[in-house]
Amino acid sequence: MNKKEEEKVDQQSELNLSRRTVLSTGAALAGAGIIGSQLIDPAAKTAYAAGSDEPIRIGFQAHRTGIGALYGRWYERTTNAAAKYINSIGGIAGRPIEIITEDDGTDPKRGADVVEKLATKHKVDFVYGTLFSHVVMGSAPRAGELKIPYFVVSEGYHVASGALNRYVFQPCITDVRSQITAVANWIFSNLGKNVALIYPDYAFGYDHRDYASAAAAKSGAKITAKIAIPPTASSFTRYFIQIPKNTDVIYHVMVGPGVLTFVREMGEHFGSVDVFEHYGSKHLKLFGFIDSLEGVNINSPGLEFLDGSHFWEAMPRYADGYPTAAEKFYRDTVGIDDSGASKSDSKDVAAYSHMFGCWETLFAIKEAVEQSGYKSKKDYQTLIETFEGFSGFNEGIAHPQGSKVFSGKTHQCYGQQFVSQVKNGKFNVVHRTSIADGMYEPETDYTKKSL
Amino acid sequence: MRRKSLKYALFMQGGVLLLLFLLQFFLPAYHHSSFSKIMILASYAIGYNFLLGYTGLMSLGHAMFFASGMYSAGLSIFYFGFTPLEGMIFGTLFTLTVSLIFGLFALRTKAVSFLIVTLMFGQTFYLAILYYNEFTYGQDGFSLTDYLGTLSILGKEYLYSDPAIRYNFALILLASYLLITTLIVLSPVGRILIAIRENEPRTQLLGYNVFSYKLFALTFSGTLAGISGAMHALLYSYIGTTFAEIHHSISPLLWTLLGGAGTIIGPLLGTGIMFYLIDFISGITSNYLLVVGVVLVLTIIWFPLGIMGTIRQKWLKWLP
Repeated sequence: MNKKEEEKVDQQSELNLSRRTVLSTGAALAGAGIIGSQLIDPAAKTAYAAGSDEPIRIGFQAHRTGIGALYGRWYERTTNAAAKYINSIGGIAGRPIEIITEDDGTDPKRGADVVEKLATKHKVDFVYGTLFSHVVMGSAPRAGELKIPYFVVSEGYHVASGALNRYVFQPCITDVRSQITAVANWIFSNLGKNVALIYPDYAFGYDHRDYASAAAAKSGAKITAKIAIPPTASSFTRYFIQIPKNTDVIYHVMVGPGVLTFVREMGEHFGSVDVFEHYGSKHLKLFGFIDSLEGVNINSPGLEFLDGSHFWEAMPRYADGYPTAAEKFYRDTVGIDDSGASKSDSKDVAAYSHMFGCWETLFAIKEAVEQSGYKSKKDYQTLIETFEGFSGFNEGIAHPQGSKVFSGKTHQCYGQQFVSQVKNGKFNVVHRTSIADGMYEPETDYTKKSL
Repeated sequence: MRRKSLKYALFMQGGVLLLLFLLQFFLPAYHHSSFSKIMILASYAIGYNFLLGYTGLMSLGHAMFFASGMYSAGLSIFYFGFTPLEGMIFGTLFTLTVSLIFGLFALRTKAVSFLIVTLMFGQTFYLAILYYNEFTYGQDGFSLTDYLGTLSILGKEYLYSDPAIRYNFALILLASYLLITTLIVLSPVGRILIAIRENEPRTQLLGYNVFSYKLFALTFSGTLAGISGAMHALLYSYIGTTFAEIHHSISPLLWTLLGGAGTIIGPLLGTGIMFYLIDFISGITSNYLLVVGVVLVLTIIWFPLGIMGTIRQKWLKWLP
């Protein structure tokens, strides 16, 4: 992305237009990116008419049940909204898009079976949408064996690490390593240099442990404790008492059904007078990853203690956090209100910092299909090579979270991150990183692997 | 009677295996792959059934054996550069050792206590995999795709993931398990195991060393589970904690109960039915596990001996 394009993106980011305005001022958005310009180009309708009626079939590997069900529900809702919108503006390369959904139970065993089923029974063109990293790890080998492109929306560092195969892409959601790298310096500079890490005792948590520790070592900060919480835990206070006295900041991340209990117990523990005095009558600062609160109303009883604490967000939950025209259009189209909850049920809070990845990935697939001239499965090689040739995606309706830099070598994107502070019962963005803040040297090169 | 049973059993099992062999040439791709998976999982269930159905020991920790075979084979290939065959052999020996040591401890308990001990050992093994995540890759697991190489058959190179290789390896595994368990069940050793299941104090009173026979049954059953796990690692290239979780211990119990505990062919039938039931119902509702649970409860109520157990009771008395 050159400087001129960056300026255009920034201008677009500052727009705050209604949906009607967005659609009617196509020229303004066209400058925002390749995808954006295609979406609002009147020629798109013509292309749809000229295209085949044969749909592009995309197999959606959904976490409808199991530990990832909360995310899965929102991933599905976002996917359906994106597919509907794409069809309304001419589909992909003039062909309608069809989503075929299968539940993997957030289980790697079943995940591999679902990939198999989507590929061989439903005969989809691509498989897409997996979130939980262990399901990706279990499913990706099967996608590689079946030689079917597999687009994940997972955050795990597994794609960029080189552990998978050339058929796996994570084009529109940044990985944990990148997220931590981007915000670590802000934490050490603004909250404190003595940090205790609390994370889930599995791979997603280990990425936090390893890359936060690496960033601390680089910045002269100190990790005072690394506390892993087993996935089976239902009570958390015994982990909080392990945090040493010389700690300034608690860096916490948790996922799964126990998150609300985790956060509430944290509040009860550190809110007590004894604990306050134990730490020398100072309030420890809290920095959390929003994963701990995805789908949870910040105004839930017991969360009052979070007031003043900070969170990482990939995409601000509250509408005023990143008020661009594209973000507003995306929010409206998926059906999310200004506080990050469903428009039809204000108690139904979205997984807003993750689900945009589904929306954006479908548009990335659209771009790859259209640029590569993909018609059928025999064109997989061309499609993959085209994708590997992408250098990024510009901000716009297709990429409302922000521009992305894409590495063809690692099949992974980099993007901007946000730090928000809880104040007056809502998240308020206090810092936005640049894309460069989260970039790291590639450690693999998938383009050298065979297809 | 035993000789007649053996003759009929081998004839029937031969017919089933022949049918499975021929089906690979006609099945559509998805069902071809599903049958491969079912045969591997059924092999695991056959090993489980040897302990539950013929010795009367119910385990809730069998995923430990499956996973120990899978991890020992997978890690030896991943870290030490073992060939797949060496990995299989190492996985088998490792699981045999784990099963034997486990049996020496667990068989000091009986009935519900035994059930709880197996559950606890299983969970300990699962948590140990998570704890030593820097070595095992924790919950995410790891892939063997780049480490397996190819298999040379008659001068042609095949990937282990090749559908034909996968199907026929699974079939060979299943055939071996059916044959060996049938021979043991119908041998004097098998009769003693059944005697232990039916009345352990009386068997002891007759002078048999019950502990040794139970230890043999547990070690054999665990080793079969471990070989299934190692084979799964080779054919599916993925090793992860999902195969060590409690669910993976409960699954062979359900497959066995549905197909018929104490029948050789029952676990195969139970595994196949459950696989396709989940596959079919999950396409209709996301509450598929609830539906499967209800179906299972009703089946157990109406067919307490399982499908093949009921068939044996009513029609095929010779069924082993």
